[in-house]
Amino acid sequence: MNGSRPDNEPGAEPPGNPDRLYILSTAETRARPRTHLDLVTLIVSRAEPDPGLQPEHAAVVRMCDFPLSVAEISAYLELPVSTLTPMLTELLSDGKVEARPPVPAAALPDVRILEAVMHGLQKL
Amino acid sequence: MDYRSSESYAGPRSEDTLPATATAAVKVVIVGGFGVGKTTLVGSVSEIRPLTTEETMTQAGVGVDDLAGIEQKTETTVAMDFGRISINDQLVLYLFGTPGQERFWFLWNGLFEGALGAVVLLDTRRMEVSYDVIGRLEERGVPFVVGVNAFPGAPRYPMSELRAAMDLDDSVPMIDCDARDRASCRDILMALMRYLYTLTTVSPEPQ
Ligand SMILES: Nc1nc2c(ncn2[C@@H]2O[C@H](COP(=O)(O)OP(=O)(O)O)[C@@H](O)[C@H]2O)c(=O)[nH]1
Ligand SMILES: [Mg+2]
Repeated sequence: MNGSRPDNEPGAEPPGNPDRLYILSTAETRARPRTHLDLVTLIVSRAEPDPGLQPEHAAVVRMCDFPLSVAEISAYLELPVSTLTPMLTELLSDGKVEARPPVPAAALPDVRILEAVMHGLQKL
Repeated sequence: MDYRSSESYAGPRSEDTLPATATAAVKVVIVGGFGVGKTTLVGSVSEIRPLTTEETMTQAGVGVDDLAGIEQKTETTVAMDFGRISINDQLVLYLFGTPGQERFWFLWNGLFEGALGAVVLLDTRRMEVSYDVIGRLEERGVPFVVGVNAFPGAPRYPMSELRAAMDLDDSVPMIDCDARDRASCRDILMALMRYLYTLTTVSPEPQ
Protein backbone atom coordinates (compact mmCIF):
# COMPACT_ATOMS: atom_id res chain seq x y z
CA MET A 1 0.00 0.00 0.00
CA ASN A 2 1.90 3.02 -1.18
CA GLY A 3 -1.22 5.17 -1.02
CA SER A 4 -1.07 6.13 -4.66
CA ARG A 5 -3.34 9.05 -5.40
CA PRO A 6 -3.35 9.43 -9.13
CA ASP A 7 -4.30 12.73 -10.72
CA ASN A 8 -3.61 14.54 -7.50
CA GLU A 9 -0.58 16.67 -6.87
CA PRO A 10 0.62 15.92 -3.37
CA GLY A 11 -0.85 18.23 -0.78
CA ALA A 12 -2.88 20.18 -3.30
CA GLU A 13 -6.40 19.44 -2.08
CA PRO A 14 -8.83 21.96 -3.48
CA PRO A 15 -10.86 23.04 -0.45
CA GLY A 16 -14.58 22.35 -0.39
CA ASN A 17 -14.66 19.85 -3.20
CA PRO A 18 -16.79 16.94 -1.99
CA ASP A 19 -15.35 14.70 -4.70
CA ARG A 20 -11.95 14.73 -3.09
CA LEU A 21 -12.37 12.55 -0.12
CA TYR A 22 -10.32 11.89 2.88
CA ILE A 23 -11.38 8.26 2.80
CA LEU A 24 -8.04 6.97 1.64
CA SER A 25 -6.30 8.02 4.81
CA THR A 26 -9.29 7.15 6.98
CA ALA A 27 -9.61 3.69 5.54
CA GLU A 28 -5.91 3.08 6.10
CA THR A 29 -5.70 4.33 9.64
CA ARG A 30 -8.85 2.58 10.81
CA ALA A 31 -8.24 -0.72 9.06
CA ARG A 32 -8.50 -3.53 11.53
CA PRO A 33 -5.35 -5.58 12.02
CA ARG A 34 -6.98 -8.83 10.95
CA THR A 35 -8.79 -7.94 7.78
CA HIS A 36 -12.51 -8.37 8.20
CA LEU A 37 -14.10 -8.98 4.83
CA ASP A 38 -17.33 -7.13 4.16
CA LEU A 39 -19.50 -7.68 1.08
CA VAL A 40 -18.19 -4.35 -0.18
CA THR A 41 -14.53 -4.70 0.77
CA LEU A 42 -12.63 -3.99 -2.45
CA ILE A 43 -10.05 -6.59 -3.47
CA VAL A 44 -7.13 -5.73 -5.75
CA SER A 45 -4.39 -8.06 -7.01
CA ARG A 46 -0.81 -7.31 -6.12
CA ALA A 47 0.73 -9.60 -8.72
CA GLU A 48 0.03 -11.68 -11.79
CA PRO A 49 -1.55 -15.04 -10.98
CA ASP A 50 1.29 -17.52 -10.62
CA PRO A 51 1.03 -21.00 -12.09
CA GLY A 52 1.14 -22.66 -8.66
CA LEU A 53 -2.24 -21.25 -7.65
CA GLN A 54 -5.37 -23.36 -7.60
CA PRO A 55 -7.71 -22.48 -10.48
CA GLU A 56 -10.27 -20.58 -8.40
CA HIS A 57 -7.58 -18.66 -6.53
CA ALA A 58 -5.97 -17.81 -9.86
CA ALA A 59 -9.34 -16.65 -11.19
CA VAL A 60 -9.68 -14.25 -8.26
CA VAL A 61 -6.20 -12.82 -8.81
CA ARG A 62 -6.90 -12.46 -12.53
CA MET A 63 -10.25 -10.72 -12.21
CA CYS A 64 -9.02 -8.34 -9.51
CA ASP A 65 -6.48 -6.55 -11.67
CA PHE A 66 -8.88 -3.66 -11.08
CA PRO A 67 -10.68 -3.34 -7.73
CA LEU A 68 -13.72 -5.58 -7.24
CA SER A 69 -15.99 -5.98 -4.23
CA VAL A 70 -16.25 -9.31 -2.44
CA ALA A 71 -19.90 -9.43 -3.61
CA GLU A 72 -18.87 -9.04 -7.26
CA ILE A 73 -16.20 -11.73 -7.02
CA SER A 74 -18.76 -14.05 -5.45
CA ALA A 75 -21.20 -13.30 -8.28
CA TYR A 76 -18.70 -13.83 -11.08
CA LEU A 77 -17.34 -17.06 -9.60
CA GLU A 78 -20.84 -18.19 -8.62
CA LEU A 79 -19.58 -19.01 -5.15
CA PRO A 80 -21.39 -18.27 -1.89
CA VAL A 81 -19.68 -15.58 0.13
CA SER A 82 -19.03 -18.08 2.91
CA THR A 83 -17.01 -20.23 0.48
CA LEU A 84 -15.18 -17.30 -1.03
CA THR A 85 -14.12 -15.66 2.23
CA PRO A 86 -11.56 -18.31 3.28
CA MET A 87 -10.04 -18.22 -0.22
CA LEU A 88 -9.66 -14.47 -0.01
CA THR A 89 -8.19 -14.71 3.48
CA GLU A 90 -5.54 -17.08 2.13
CA LEU A 91 -4.75 -14.86 -0.83
CA LEU A 92 -4.49 -11.89 1.52
CA SER A 93 -2.10 -13.58 3.88
CA ASP A 94 0.01 -14.77 0.93
CA GLY A 95 0.16 -11.18 -0.30
CA LYS A 96 -1.43 -12.06 -3.64
CA VAL A 97 -4.19 -9.51 -3.18
CA GLU A 98 -4.83 -6.51 -1.00
CA ALA A 99 -8.10 -5.45 0.64
CA ARG A 100 -9.49 -1.93 0.73
CA PRO A 101 -11.94 -1.87 3.62
CA PRO A 102 -15.29 -0.08 3.30
CA VAL A 103 -15.81 3.34 4.79
CA PRO A 104 -15.68 2.52 8.49
CA ALA A 105 -18.98 1.81 10.16
CA ALA A 106 -20.17 4.47 12.49
CA ALA A 107 -23.42 5.10 14.31
CA LEU A 108 -24.16 7.71 11.66
CA PRO A 109 -22.40 8.22 8.36
CA ASP A 110 -19.96 11.03 7.84
CA VAL A 111 -21.44 14.14 6.22
CA ARG A 112 -18.62 14.28 3.72
CA ILE A 113 -19.52 10.82 2.47
CA LEU A 114 -23.19 11.83 2.25
CA GLU A 115 -22.30 14.96 0.32
CA ALA A 116 -20.21 12.96 -2.09
CA VAL A 117 -23.00 10.41 -2.63
CA MET A 118 -25.60 13.14 -3.21
CA HIS A 119 -23.25 14.78 -5.66
CA GLY A 120 -22.79 11.45 -7.45
CA LEU A 121 -26.53 10.68 -7.53
CA GLN A 122 -27.28 14.04 -9.10
CA LYS A 123 -25.30 12.91 -12.12
CA LEU A 124 -27.46 9.82 -12.66
CA MET B 1 -3.59 -11.23 -24.10
CA ASP B 2 -7.18 -10.04 -24.17
CA TYR B 3 -8.36 -12.59 -21.67
CA ARG B 4 -11.54 -10.65 -20.84
CA SER B 5 -13.03 -11.74 -24.12
CA SER B 6 -11.99 -15.37 -23.81
CA GLU B 7 -14.71 -17.95 -23.18
CA SER B 8 -13.40 -19.26 -19.89
CA TYR B 9 -12.75 -15.90 -18.28
CA ALA B 10 -14.80 -15.28 -15.17
CA GLY B 11 -14.96 -11.66 -14.16
CA PRO B 12 -16.26 -8.28 -15.19
CA ARG B 13 -16.33 -7.14 -18.79
CA SER B 14 -13.79 -4.38 -19.33
CA GLU B 15 -16.55 -1.75 -19.28
CA ASP B 16 -17.65 -3.03 -15.87
CA THR B 17 -14.33 -2.64 -14.09
CA LEU B 18 -13.79 0.03 -11.45
CA PRO B 19 -10.92 2.49 -11.82
CA ALA B 20 -7.71 1.50 -10.04
CA THR B 21 -8.26 4.58 -7.85
CA ALA B 22 -11.39 3.11 -6.22
CA THR B 23 -10.50 3.25 -2.56
CA ALA B 24 -13.56 2.41 -0.53
CA ALA B 25 -17.18 1.48 -0.83
CA VAL B 26 -20.42 2.19 0.97
CA LYS B 27 -23.67 0.26 0.79
CA VAL B 28 -27.38 0.85 0.91
CA VAL B 29 -29.86 -1.98 1.41
CA ILE B 30 -33.17 -2.20 -0.45
CA VAL B 31 -35.56 -4.32 1.52
CA GLY B 32 -39.10 -5.47 0.89
CA GLY B 33 -41.33 -8.46 0.25
CA PHE B 34 -41.19 -10.76 -2.75
CA GLY B 35 -42.05 -9.04 -6.04
CA VAL B 36 -42.10 -5.53 -4.61
CA GLY B 37 -39.50 -4.21 -7.07
CA LYS B 38 -36.12 -4.54 -5.32
CA THR B 39 -34.31 -6.03 -8.29
CA THR B 40 -36.03 -3.58 -10.60
CA LEU B 41 -34.88 -0.63 -8.49
CA VAL B 42 -31.30 -1.90 -8.35
CA GLY B 43 -31.31 -2.42 -12.12
CA SER B 44 -32.73 1.04 -12.78
CA VAL B 45 -29.81 2.87 -11.21
CA SER B 46 -26.92 0.40 -11.43
CA GLU B 47 -24.06 1.07 -13.84
CA ILE B 48 -23.56 -2.67 -14.19
CA ARG B 49 -26.15 -5.29 -15.01
CA PRO B 50 -27.37 -6.44 -11.56
CA LEU B 51 -25.39 -9.38 -10.20
CA THR B 52 -26.37 -12.07 -7.76
CA THR B 53 -24.44 -13.20 -4.75
CA GLU B 54 -25.34 -16.09 -2.53
CA GLU B 55 -25.09 -16.44 1.17
CA THR B 56 -25.54 -19.69 3.02
CA MET B 57 -26.11 -20.24 6.65
CA THR B 58 -26.40 -23.34 8.70
CA GLN B 59 -29.14 -22.91 11.22
CA ALA B 60 -29.57 -25.16 14.15
CA GLY B 61 -33.18 -25.72 14.94
CA VAL B 62 -35.30 -28.16 16.85
CA GLY B 63 -38.13 -29.64 14.86
CA VAL B 64 -41.51 -28.92 16.39
CA ASP B 65 -42.69 -32.48 15.96
CA ASP B 66 -39.39 -33.89 17.03
CA LEU B 67 -40.19 -35.82 20.19
CA ALA B 68 -36.57 -36.70 20.82
CA GLY B 69 -35.68 -33.01 20.69
CA ILE B 70 -32.71 -33.74 18.46
CA GLU B 71 -31.09 -30.68 16.97
CA GLN B 72 -31.56 -30.44 13.25
CA LYS B 73 -29.32 -28.43 11.03
CA THR B 74 -30.66 -26.80 7.93
CA GLU B 75 -28.62 -25.12 5.26
CA THR B 76 -30.31 -22.01 3.93
CA THR B 77 -29.17 -20.33 0.75
CA VAL B 78 -30.41 -16.93 -0.18
CA ALA B 79 -29.62 -15.02 -3.33
CA MET B 80 -29.20 -11.28 -3.17
CA ASP B 81 -29.23 -9.02 -6.19
CA PHE B 82 -26.95 -6.07 -6.17
CA GLY B 83 -25.78 -3.23 -8.34
CA ARG B 84 -23.18 -0.51 -8.28
CA ILE B 85 -22.92 3.25 -8.75
CA SER B 86 -19.50 4.88 -8.97
CA ILE B 87 -19.82 8.07 -6.98
CA ASN B 88 -16.44 9.44 -8.01
CA ASP B 89 -13.07 7.94 -8.83
CA GLN B 90 -12.53 6.91 -5.21
CA LEU B 91 -15.92 6.11 -3.75
CA VAL B 92 -18.33 3.38 -4.87
CA LEU B 93 -21.92 2.86 -3.76
CA TYR B 94 -23.34 -0.67 -3.76
CA LEU B 95 -27.07 -1.38 -3.56
CA PHE B 96 -28.21 -4.74 -2.20
CA GLY B 97 -31.74 -6.01 -2.54
CA THR B 98 -32.73 -8.34 0.25
CA PRO B 99 -36.00 -10.11 1.01
CA GLY B 100 -37.93 -8.72 3.94
CA GLN B 101 -39.55 -11.87 5.34
CA GLU B 102 -38.44 -12.82 8.78
CA ARG B 103 -36.88 -16.10 7.69
CA PHE B 104 -34.25 -14.12 5.78
CA TRP B 105 -33.25 -11.89 8.62
CA PHE B 106 -30.20 -14.03 9.29
CA LEU B 107 -28.65 -12.24 6.32
CA TRP B 108 -28.94 -8.88 7.95
CA ASN B 109 -25.95 -9.05 10.24
CA GLY B 110 -23.30 -8.86 7.56
CA LEU B 111 -25.48 -6.81 5.28
CA PHE B 112 -26.38 -3.94 7.55
CA GLU B 113 -23.04 -3.74 9.29
CA GLY B 114 -21.60 -0.49 8.01
CA ALA B 115 -24.53 0.20 5.67
CA LEU B 116 -25.44 3.88 5.29
CA GLY B 117 -29.13 3.07 5.56
CA ALA B 118 -32.02 1.33 3.88
CA VAL B 119 -34.87 1.86 1.48
CA VAL B 120 -38.01 -0.05 2.44
CA LEU B 121 -40.18 -0.77 -0.57
CA LEU B 122 -43.80 -0.89 0.44
CA ASP B 123 -46.29 -2.94 -1.52
CA THR B 124 -49.79 -1.79 -0.61
CA ARG B 125 -51.10 -5.26 -1.48
CA ARG B 126 -49.03 -6.89 1.25
CA MET B 127 -48.29 -4.49 4.03
CA GLU B 128 -47.48 -7.01 6.78
CA VAL B 129 -43.99 -7.71 5.45
CA SER B 130 -43.11 -4.03 5.43
CA TYR B 131 -44.56 -3.59 8.88
CA ASP B 132 -42.28 -6.31 10.27
CA VAL B 133 -39.28 -5.00 8.35
CA ILE B 134 -39.77 -1.48 9.67
CA GLY B 135 -40.02 -2.77 13.22
CA ARG B 136 -36.83 -4.75 12.81
CA LEU B 137 -34.92 -1.83 11.28
CA GLU B 138 -36.01 0.42 14.12
CA GLU B 139 -34.83 -2.18 16.62
CA ARG B 140 -31.45 -2.35 14.92
CA GLY B 141 -31.20 1.43 14.68
CA VAL B 142 -30.87 1.41 10.88
CA PRO B 143 -32.06 4.70 9.34
CA PHE B 144 -34.45 4.19 6.43
CA VAL B 145 -36.88 5.85 4.06
CA VAL B 146 -40.03 4.23 2.65
CA GLY B 147 -40.80 4.03 -1.05
CA VAL B 148 -44.38 3.28 -1.94
CA ASN B 149 -44.52 1.30 -5.16
CA ALA B 150 -47.67 1.81 -7.15
CA PHE B 151 -48.75 -1.40 -8.85
CA PRO B 152 -51.69 -1.44 -11.21
CA GLY B 153 -54.80 -2.53 -9.37
CA ALA B 154 -53.15 -2.13 -5.98
CA PRO B 155 -55.19 -0.35 -3.35
CA ARG B 156 -54.37 3.35 -3.04
CA TYR B 157 -54.18 5.01 0.32
CA PRO B 158 -53.31 8.55 1.33
CA MET B 159 -49.74 8.75 2.65
CA SER B 160 -51.02 9.75 6.07
CA GLU B 161 -53.01 6.52 6.29
CA LEU B 162 -50.05 4.43 5.23
CA ARG B 163 -47.91 6.21 7.77
CA ALA B 164 -50.39 5.46 10.50
CA ALA B 165 -50.75 1.84 9.39
CA MET B 166 -46.97 1.44 9.49
CA ASP B 167 -46.66 3.22 12.85
CA LEU B 168 -44.12 5.47 11.24
CA ASP B 169 -42.66 8.51 12.87
CA ASP B 170 -43.43 11.79 11.05
CA SER B 171 -39.74 12.38 10.50
CA VAL B 172 -39.26 9.27 8.33
CA PRO B 173 -39.60 10.23 4.65
CA MET B 174 -42.26 8.39 2.63
CA ILE B 175 -42.24 8.81 -1.12
CA ASP B 176 -44.20 7.43 -4.06
CA CYS B 177 -41.89 5.62 -6.41
CA ASP B 178 -41.77 3.60 -9.57
CA ALA B 179 -38.91 1.14 -9.41
CA ARG B 180 -38.81 0.94 -13.21
CA ASP B 181 -38.01 4.62 -13.51
CA ARG B 182 -34.40 5.67 -13.07
CA ALA B 183 -35.22 9.22 -11.98
CA SER B 184 -37.71 7.97 -9.44
CA CYS B 185 -35.13 5.55 -7.99
CA ARG B 186 -32.50 8.26 -7.88
CA ASP B 187 -34.97 10.48 -6.02
CA ILE B 188 -35.60 7.88 -3.39
CA LEU B 189 -31.88 7.31 -2.83
CA MET B 190 -31.43 11.06 -2.67
CA ALA B 191 -34.22 11.26 -0.08
CA LEU B 192 -32.36 8.68 2.00
CA MET B 193 -29.13 10.68 1.79
CA ARG B 194 -30.90 13.91 2.77
CA TYR B 195 -32.56 12.15 5.66
CA LEU B 196 -29.21 10.75 6.83
CA TYR B 197 -27.77 14.21 6.44
CA THR B 198 -30.39 15.70 8.77
CA LEU B 199 -29.86 12.92 11.29
CA THR B 200 -26.14 13.59 11.22
CA THR B 201 -26.20 17.36 11.34
CA VAL B 202 -29.19 18.08 13.56
CA SER B 203 -28.42 17.50 17.19
CA PRO B 204 -31.11 15.77 19.21
CA GLU B 205 -33.62 18.01 20.95
CA PRO B 206 -32.89 18.55 24.63
CA GLN B 207 -35.38 16.70 26.79
N1 LIG C 1 -46.13 -1.11 -11.89
C1 LIG C 1 -44.95 -1.35 -11.33
N2 LIG C 1 -44.38 -2.57 -11.53
C2 LIG C 1 -43.18 -2.80 -10.94
C3 LIG C 1 -42.54 -1.82 -10.15
N3 LIG C 1 -41.38 -2.34 -9.67
C4 LIG C 1 -41.31 -3.60 -10.15
N4 LIG C 1 -42.37 -3.87 -10.93
C5 LIG C 1 -42.63 -5.16 -11.60
O1 LIG C 1 -42.86 -6.14 -10.59
C6 LIG C 1 -42.24 -7.37 -10.89
C7 LIG C 1 -41.34 -7.83 -9.75
O2 LIG C 1 -40.26 -6.93 -9.57
P1 LIG C 1 -38.84 -7.38 -8.97
O3 LIG C 1 -37.95 -6.21 -9.07
O4 LIG C 1 -38.37 -8.63 -9.58
O5 LIG C 1 -39.22 -7.67 -7.46
P2 LIG C 1 -38.29 -8.20 -6.25
O6 LIG C 1 -38.77 -9.58 -5.95
O7 LIG C 1 -38.57 -7.28 -5.10
O8 LIG C 1 -36.86 -8.16 -6.68
C8 LIG C 1 -41.49 -7.13 -12.19
O9 LIG C 1 -42.25 -7.68 -13.24
C9 LIG C 1 -41.40 -5.64 -12.32
O10 LIG C 1 -41.42 -5.23 -13.66
C10 LIG C 1 -43.17 -0.54 -10.01
O11 LIG C 1 -42.65 0.37 -9.34
N5 LIG C 1 -44.37 -0.37 -10.61
MG1 LIG D 1 -35.51 -9.79 -6.75
